[in-house]
Amino acid sequence: MTTLLETPPDRLLAAVRQLLTAKGVFTQAEIAERIRITDNASPAQGARMVARAWTDPEYRARMLADGAQAAEELGIPMRGMPPLGVLEDTAEEHNLVVCTLCSCYPRAVLGYPPFWFKSAAYRARAVRDPRGLLVEFGTTLPEQVKLRVVDSTADYRWMVLPLRPAGTEGWTETQLAAIVREGDMIGVTFPKLP
Amino acid sequence: MSALLAPGAKVRVRDDWPETRGPCHIRTPHYLRGARGVVEKHLGAFPNPEDLAFARPAAVLNLYHVRFVPQTIWPDAKGEAIVVELYESWLEQAA
Amino acid sequence: MSTDTPLPETHPRAMHDLGGVSKFMCDAVDVEPHALNDFDREIDAMRQILGARKLMSVDEMRRAIEAIPEADYLRMTYYQRWLRSITDNMLTKGVFTEAELRAALEDTK
Repeated sequence: MTTLLETPPDRLLAAVRQLLTAKGVFTQAEIAERIRITDNASPAQGARMVARAWTDPEYRARMLADGAQAAEELGIPMRGMPPLGVLEDTAEEHNLVVCTLCSCYPRAVLGYPPFWFKSAAYRARAVRDPRGLLVEFGTTLPEQVKLRVVDSTADYRWMVLPLRPAGTEGWTETQLAAIVREGDMIGVTFPKLP
Repeated sequence: MSALLAPGAKVRVRDDWPETRGPCHIRTPHYLRGARGVVEKHLGAFPNPEDLAFARPAAVLNLYHVRFVPQTIWPDAKGEAIVVELYESWLEQAA
Repeated sequence: MSTDTPLPETHPRAMHDLGGVSKFMCDAVDVEPHALNDFDREIDAMRQILGARKLMSVDEMRRAIEAIPEADYLRMTYYQRWLRSITDNMLTKGVFTEAELRAALEDTK
């Protein structure tokens, strides 16, 4: 159907919406509700998991064994979501997540993928020039730290459990969660003190 | 499903290019075809996406995390490891 | 290692299969946030519901994105590709017909 190529996207969306609603596939209320639920998933969810793992060694072990179950423990809805794997950063090794084939992203715990994660430059360079890539995010990885790039190609979604920064001793979980950002859980940045 | 590969098992990714033979959907990146790696972990078993993509009956396949040395793929590569989820149908045992 | 090892992309890779592709190696990553608009959010929600209703699996969705001709793929936004894939899948599965789609497009003029 070649005319589809020339159809303005807004018109195509209106037509598809009209047809699928008329066929009873969904109602506009269901779409609105799904948008609301999706907007609620945000990096704040993943940050709560990281903060809990930093303060509770048993939770940390459970999270590394099964990310989805650990998310559910904190009330994050995971039903119907792909399995969630958690990549543990150490003093010797840092993890970076990419999806070179599309844009697989741990949406249940981080929300919509950011623009850069979906870009050709990020997808191409993360596997071949990850150190150069980190510089563009303002991240300097010490030379002795090994860089392990995880290309998310299949049924899992992956998040990074970053190192807890020095200077946060005695902080509450809420304080800790507040310093964990989206990029920290993909591996392009490290959590920093405000 | 084939017998499980143990962590540490040496494998080679099949040097196959289905995209040259017609419509297909493949979750094995082109840069790994023919590459040698080491199994890190068995991740579970999942229906073959190459069939799911066409709504065909899909066999359940073992899925592994396999680790590669980036410089064996691109001489100028800058990281220490690339780890990728691969289905058993793409893996051959290597010496 | 040998310097004459061929680069992976000397083979005919598919256009969405971007890992390590040389022509992107010098492209800077746009790290600025880009907010989603209503168009993006609606299509994202639509995809989730079609998945839950078993009308389109993630792999069916990806396959139809990968089938978009490269010139169009590179020109379209992320969610425009999704909409294109959703449309293709609904036509393939007969959820709506081409005639119905043409009529609906007339209605939206």
